[in-house]
Amino acid sequence: MKKFLLASTTAIALTLSATGAMAAGNLSIYHWFEYIPQDLLDKFAKEYDVKVTMDTFDSNEAMLAALKAGKLGSYDVSVPGDYMVEIMAKEGMLDTFERSELSNFGNIDPQWIDVGFDRGRKSSIPYQIGTTGFMVNRKAYTGDIGSLAVLFDPPAELKGKINVLDSQGEVLALASMYLNIPQCSTDRDQLKKLNDQLQKSKAAWASFGSDIAKDVLVSGDASAGMIYNGFGAKARAENADLEYAYPKEGYVFWMDNVVLLKDAPNRDNAIKFMNFLLEPENAAAVSNYAQYISGVKGAGKYFIDAVKNAPELNPPAGQKGAFIQACGQDVQKVYDTIWTNLKK
Amino acid sequence: MAGAITNNSKSNSGIYAGSAHVLMLPSWLIIGFFLLIPVLLMLVYSFLTKEFRGGVIWEFSLDAYDQFFFYRGLFGDEPPVFEWTYVGIFWRSIWQAGAATIFCLIIGFPTAWFIAMRRGANKSVWLFLITIPYWVNLLIRTISMKFLIRDNGPLNEWLLWMGAINEPIHMINTNFAVQLGLFYSYLPFMVLPIYASVERYNFALSEAAADLYASHWETLRLIILPAVKPGIIAGCILVFVPSLGAFLAPDLLGGAKTFMIGSLIEEQFKGNAGNWPFGAAASMILLSMVLAMLTYYARQQSKEVS
Repeated sequence: MKKFLLASTTAIALTLSATGAMAAGNLSIYHWFEYIPQDLLDKFAKEYDVKVTMDTFDSNEAMLAALKAGKLGSYDVSVPGDYMVEIMAKEGMLDTFERSELSNFGNIDPQWIDVGFDRGRKSSIPYQIGTTGFMVNRKAYTGDIGSLAVLFDPPAELKGKINVLDSQGEVLALASMYLNIPQCSTDRDQLKKLNDQLQKSKAAWASFGSDIAKDVLVSGDASAGMIYNGFGAKARAENADLEYAYPKEGYVFWMDNVVLLKDAPNRDNAIKFMNFLLEPENAAAVSNYAQYISGVKGAGKYFIDAVKNAPELNPPAGQKGAFIQACGQDVQKVYDTIWTNLKK
Repeated sequence: MAGAITNNSKSNSGIYAGSAHVLMLPSWLIIGFFLLIPVLLMLVYSFLTKEFRGGVIWEFSLDAYDQFFFYRGLFGDEPPVFEWTYVGIFWRSIWQAGAATIFCLIIGFPTAWFIAMRRGANKSVWLFLITIPYWVNLLIRTISMKFLIRDNGPLNEWLLWMGAINEPIHMINTNFAVQLGLFYSYLPFMVLPIYASVERYNFALSEAAADLYASHWETLRLIILPAVKPGIIAGCILVFVPSLGAFLAPDLLGGAKTFMIGSLIEEQFKGNAGNWPFGAAASMILLSMVLAMLTYYARQQSKEVS
């Protein structure tokens, strides 16, 4: 009898939650792996009585491929990086919203409203902001780390002990900065120079890997390695010898954004979710979890100390980062050949 | 048809006569749905025009195959020369899979022999031991191997402590590490088929050979090996084919410094270029190679039977 009771109450509860979900609706998120705390999703689900489901991806390009292969129309929001917002907009994958739909639109830090990849923020809101540079194990190398030469023409101590992100965009952008070549340059001599430089640099590299970037530095498999700054802060917490560099030639600056997808099945809830993420407290919850800074005004005061004081998140004054640019088809074709040459 | 063959070969299968086709239906459905349709789709895609950043345009094109075999310079405007890059990537993968197969055979054959020699319950225990590591996910096993062999990992620290070496042996991100990973991943696929063959071997034949003054070497070469050959060949195929497409071991243990067939194809779908037709073409070329190999093996087998 007890069992029967239990079974029937469970059944009723399931039906209730199912109909409840029907009434208040669903929200379907397509997100990076390990990039939003579960607590925050639960909080949203509870506050707005919405059933939240989330799938994850591990690169901008993988997300684009999945959406192109027929997933568009099954998700409400996604979280592309800066250049990918522009690509998705050009592909017609984004819906637009009016500022008046988001009561918290005013919370966006003004410098992140008129951004190149989405002028005036018509389809996206800022999520997290970070940089891609490199870290060096100061026990292995004590010299100057203020130049990209550490990666591309490394000192003897670091040769054969360098991990590089397995990401064409970031490697080619940093190499271009090192050679002082504009990104997406169509100049043949410059592209040849880029190709030659990478061939030369590769001889000094130990491995390519993005998800392993932190682990190889912490464990000492690599003495230097390209890494995202928040990931780097976590690495330093585990191995105090690691130092994040701000190279004088520049570094990659990136910004992930929450976008409203075209044909979103639950557009209203998507808008509610974006508005929810623009609350300073909620934006800070993401930062405290992912360890990147936020594009929302006033989020800073909710940061935990580890985020507030991390040297990785506070670039020295005067250092400049640059967004990765989305190249046109002709340049991208050359970039692909360079990348294949690098890994053949 | 398949049904007819069963009917002719055995008279007592008459009760299945009418239902043979019906009974075959699930297999045909599964093969059709999970194998033929995806492969045909891939074949079609490989002959389409690529769309920038993923997707295809429905126009016939040989570009994907052209890209595989001809190089036209960094900017695509030089006269075409034969493209060694992709052939090189395939060759490297084949070489690596071949080496892994040979290592698995060298260790797997004596292991299988040893297990087959045990008596009764002992046998099951040994077989059980062989399969234990395979209850754990391949990814986790590969990462554990990485922890084990890194410069300051337990293996090096143990060797240092023993005084066998003075400084750590550098193993991670080398071909050796990749070989170790492949060997460890696929060893049971070699051991189990060979064990099954050895198990059926009639040891009276070895005794007869000895009675007729055959040396140990001659017995092995002329009597035992031909008898267990089907098991060895099956084991080699089971190790070689998955090693060929493997990318976990090369990526995690080899440092992903060079493309393998698997990672090259993945890059076409998930990379910046999003060149789906080229990914499909590379997959078709790989598939054709494996099919050619298996067909050759099947022919050899049927020749021996007849």
